[in-house]
Amino acid sequence: MSSSSSSVPKQPLSGWGRYPLVDSYLQRPEKVSSLTKIIQTAENKPVLARGAGRSYGDAAICPSCTIITERLNRMLAFDEESGILACETGVTIKEIVEIFSPRGWFLAVTPGTKFVTVGGAIAFDVHGKNHYRDGSFSRHVCNLKLMLASGEVVQCSSQENSDLFWATVGGMGLTGIIMEVEIALRPIQTAYIKAKSIKAKNLDETLALFEEYEPQYQYSVAWIDCLASGQSLGRSRLSFGSHAAIADLNQEQQAAPLKLKPKPSCKVPFDFPAGLLNRYTMSCFNAFYYHRQRSWQVQSVVDYDSFFYPLDFLRDWNRLYGKRGFIQYQCVFPTEVSREALVRVLQLCAQKGWGTFLAVLKRLGSQEGWLSFPTPGFTLALDMPIKPGLERFLVQLDRLVIEYGGRVYLAKDARLSPEAFRSMYPHFLRWLEVKSQIDPYNRFSSAMSKRLQIESAKERIKV
Amino acid sequence: MKEAVLVVGATSSIARSLASKMGQQGTALHLAARDRFEVERIAKDIAIRYQVPVSWSIFDALDRDSHADLLQKALDHLDRLDGVAVFLGELGNQEKAQREFDCAEQIIHSNYTGVASILTHAANYLEKQRHGFIICLSSVAGDRGRQSNYVYGAAKGALSLFLQGLRNRLAKSNVRVLTVKPGFVDTKMTFGKSGMFLMAKPEQVASAVIRALQKNKLVVYVPWFWFWIMLIIRSIPEFLFKRLSL
Repeated sequence: MSSSSSSVPKQPLSGWGRYPLVDSYLQRPEKVSSLTKIIQTAENKPVLARGAGRSYGDAAICPSCTIITERLNRMLAFDEESGILACETGVTIKEIVEIFSPRGWFLAVTPGTKFVTVGGAIAFDVHGKNHYRDGSFSRHVCNLKLMLASGEVVQCSSQENSDLFWATVGGMGLTGIIMEVEIALRPIQTAYIKAKSIKAKNLDETLALFEEYEPQYQYSVAWIDCLASGQSLGRSRLSFGSHAAIADLNQEQQAAPLKLKPKPSCKVPFDFPAGLLNRYTMSCFNAFYYHRQRSWQVQSVVDYDSFFYPLDFLRDWNRLYGKRGFIQYQCVFPTEVSREALVRVLQLCAQKGWGTFLAVLKRLGSQEGWLSFPTPGFTLALDMPIKPGLERFLVQLDRLVIEYGGRVYLAKDARLSPEAFRSMYPHFLRWLEVKSQIDPYNRFSSAMSKRLQIESAKERIKV
Repeated sequence: MKEAVLVVGATSSIARSLASKMGQQGTALHLAARDRFEVERIAKDIAIRYQVPVSWSIFDALDRDSHADLLQKALDHLDRLDGVAVFLGELGNQEKAQREFDCAEQIIHSNYTGVASILTHAANYLEKQRHGFIICLSSVAGDRGRQSNYVYGAAKGALSLFLQGLRNRLAKSNVRVLTVKPGFVDTKMTFGKSGMFLMAKPEQVASAVIRALQKNKLVVYVPWFWFWIMLIIRSIPEFLFKRLSL
């Protein structure tokens, strides 16, 4: 009802971790032509595509022009034979699994939340609980269409324009705007997962159980109590799973093996007080969670929602950490040194009390994109509320990660230094070569790319 | 047999949401809009998601000579027509419209004259068939003239009256007419604008429209509380209202 001439003010924008907050101009095109127009008329101001804003830190923020792609979410073609879906960048994982699982198709790789967009999943080359077997999201991308700084749209894949492809998957939107994608879905017989949950007393047992059960199951993950110390250091609940066959289901489930009843979700109604999640409440919670499962092994058949997206039932869970926000620190250590490095990280957490609600441990396989996170080894993710002393602690962790030849996941990062980044990402220079060729003037830029100084031409830091 | 509906102005986010919800219920659709590239994408999207027949054609509200053809094209694709949903209009630039009447005329054509034209064709067809419904997007802005958008408001107000008359005329032919009056909706019209409050998502508007249609409502405010907001705004005496800056 207001007049059309009012100017659009800058708005504070953050990632899922709600830190940092950066004032940004926003655009939200609803047509492909509007997007092209933004790129062609924005007077060389830096721009960046943003999907669902589910990366945690400052990777999906561009102060001069953040382009929200959520309304560019059309599905364009689906081949019932091959399971290949062509869609626009803003289609979410939720939309894909809800539309296609009743028809017997599922994503080959899914992250732990279904609220992300396809474009975001590619930009961060996300992984799931089966990276070790099936690789990251981008492995199942047949090809993608990228809008370059000139407004020209280029198709690329692992075969065609492959340099551009490997720079774009995991490239955090800095090579251009992912417009359209073709992804290969995987056939499923049921919407259920045959799952096994096992408790481990300590880290050695945890790692041994990974070794033992990984060959039998498609998916594996462990929830670690990172506040437990001494004999119990690294105690965890491991969860393994495979897509269930019809024979695995009970009678009621067999009646409609691909259909799930909608489940209610709940919402965190307000920002919790900042200090609520402290080492004492979190130790209690972790101990409760660990002991809730009485027997050492439990076998069950669960729906895919509970298995893959447990936290999606609690919407806005980032508010639990209060207004100041939180950092998710996710790092990976090479296989040979994983045990030693994890012991040191967990000891540090337990000592300093910086551990969090259940930390997540997963196994990763080989790397795909040049800035992709995965590398063979174990990855640990820790949530920590923003409070004084956190940065000092994280710098300690950074040093440890570098010492063991690991790296930190940029999708979660909000504070890594340019030097630390360079030590962690050895293929960065290869990436930068492509970036400098296709976007020499840094048309595509983010708060993160500025912070990490990963920009063309202005490469100031010698490696 | 499932219903078949023509959606005019299908590339707007509210119309797209409504078409999607109808597709989800198994309704066959014919989508019409000015932008060929976009309407084709939306048609594909709904067809893939909900596995219903979705066809499309190009339509320009201002090209009135082509309006009769649209009904025929929809019939060619759908074989039957149970309803016509018309979602046309643009806010335009009030300040420019005050300075240049050409601009005002454009707003009036795209929000009223062009809409009335396609409604006339739809009404005549449905009246003869003696069954069906018309859904048409008006606006709360048409409930009272205000300095900030009265050209748009006047066109929408005229449209609301037109629909009232049409409803009266078609009642005896078993054709329903539903007037939709949204408040602030999160679309490109309102994105990033200041002074927006109680914003509804296009999907919420679409759901409310479908519910209203099922319940045989005649006029629906979405979200519902806009009925009360507009009741208050309408009841302010004119001698006071003229001094307000709403």
